[in-house]
Amino acid sequence: MIESILVLFLTLICATIMSVVERRILGLLQNRYGPNRVGWQGTLQIVADMIKILFKEDWIPMFSRKAIFVFAPMLSFVSLLLVIAIVPISSNFVIINLDIGILFFLMMASLSIYPVLFAGWSSNNKYALLGAIRATAQTLTYEVFLGLSLMGVVVRAQSFNMIDIVNSQILLWNCIPQFFGFITFFIAGLALCHRHPFDQPESEQELSDGYHIEYSGMKFGLFFIGEYISIIIVSSLITTMFFGGWFGFGLSAIFWFIFKTMFFAFLFILIRASLPRPRYDKIMLFGWKFCFPLTLINLIFTAFFMLCKA
Amino acid sequence: MSIIKTLVSQIRSIWLTFINIFSKRETIMYPEKSVYLAPRYRGRVILSRNLNGEERCVACNLCAAVCPVGCISLKKSISKTNRWYPKFFRINFSRCIFCGLCEEACPTAAIQLIPDFELSEYKRQDLVYEKEDLLISGPGKYSDYDFYQFSGVEIEGKKKGNLDYESNPIDVKTLLP
Ligand code: SF4
Ligand code: SF4
Repeated sequence: MIESILVLFLTLICATIMSVVERRILGLLQNRYGPNRVGWQGTLQIVADMIKILFKEDWIPMFSRKAIFVFAPMLSFVSLLLVIAIVPISSNFVIINLDIGILFFLMMASLSIYPVLFAGWSSNNKYALLGAIRATAQTLTYEVFLGLSLMGVVVRAQSFNMIDIVNSQILLWNCIPQFFGFITFFIAGLALCHRHPFDQPESEQELSDGYHIEYSGMKFGLFFIGEYISIIIVSSLITTMFFGGWFGFGLSAIFWFIFKTMFFAFLFILIRASLPRPRYDKIMLFGWKFCFPLTLINLIFTAFFMLCKA
Repeated sequence: MSIIKTLVSQIRSIWLTFINIFSKRETIMYPEKSVYLAPRYRGRVILSRNLNGEERCVACNLCAAVCPVGCISLKKSISKTNRWYPKFFRINFSRCIFCGLCEEACPTAAIQLIPDFELSEYKRQDLVYEKEDLLISGPGKYSDYDFYQFSGVEIEGKKKGNLDYESNPIDVKTLLP
């Protein structure tokens, strides 16, 4: 029980710290420094950000649908955070060992469209609504093969249970036999987190921040931290599904798990630093015409090999 | 096919961004490391003195007239030695655009722009500089220039024609050759 709460809070704290770490890494990638003024090497920047966000005016527009407007950021904050419960951190440490672990994740991922839609609609602002519609369309597109790309892994492990899936990777990590599954899951994960280059719902240049344009203060903070939570969750899922979870040589299981998760979180930031945002219809085309068939082919071949083996 | 080409080029750009981790950072850590400013950089405005330590400004108002934002104000006064000087001289730096026109207009090289941009203050009122704040003790950029030693203007201790390239003025009231 205590450990579960600890994991939850650690995830939260990591997500908060990531907002600074991301800026530092972006600085590193772009040959500059990023925030390094508050405290030693910018270590207290997070405190400064907190103070700022807490004391900002928390304005609820009078033209908005208030209840939903307030509810949306909370839902956005919680929806993917709950997925941490099913991620096995080491062979005997998982908060809930669900037999349908992956389905739980897929459910929460689908639910995470709602806060965006609610936020965009209840703001009563056309830019927010456009952002929300884009977000919904994009997430629907990418959700289709978010699930399908994982099915190859499920077929190999013959189970929806996360621990079984990790155990099926003792000899060979799934990223090699399920390479296309990995690629498409990674792309779908990017889209799920609304990360660059799939940040269509937030594109500052056209929609001046999309669905959370009317949010300020702590409510914006919830959306903001929610994005980092989803990055951490998706990275930890990539680790579990495709990179052998806690397996590694020498050091402890937890270390390997955290190390791999951090690596993927870094990859998210690296992609943000390097890729421009494509046009909206290109994003949809790429999803439907390239990633979706790729996952299907991947699934068919996986099934075929399993059949031959049996 | 083109989609694969795009993918390859995107992976390449991710890689190119990644190797930037190992290159040097370009940021100048400004407050710790001072910035090199060229000698002709137009920063803060000063008033200079001539070699004898007298203030150069003769309160001709040319700088105030030429200033495009009108941030200079001054008042003329005449000293006992018959020399003009500004009674007060005030520049409002919250309006100054550091164009350098005042320096161009000044006949005495009194007003000069020097390479220093660290002018920030916490209160806007503190950006109004009085003569005491503007006047420096040295001659600034033009070390040997002294207006009264080059012009025919008369002051006490220096009559017309005293300069070595001048001839004495002709006295039209006398008949002697
Ligand atoms: S630099 Fe330009 S704006 Fe500033 S005092 Fe001189 S003339 Fe005026
Ligand atoms: S600073 Fe120069 S231009 Fe301005 S009043 Fe003095 S002498 Fe004239």
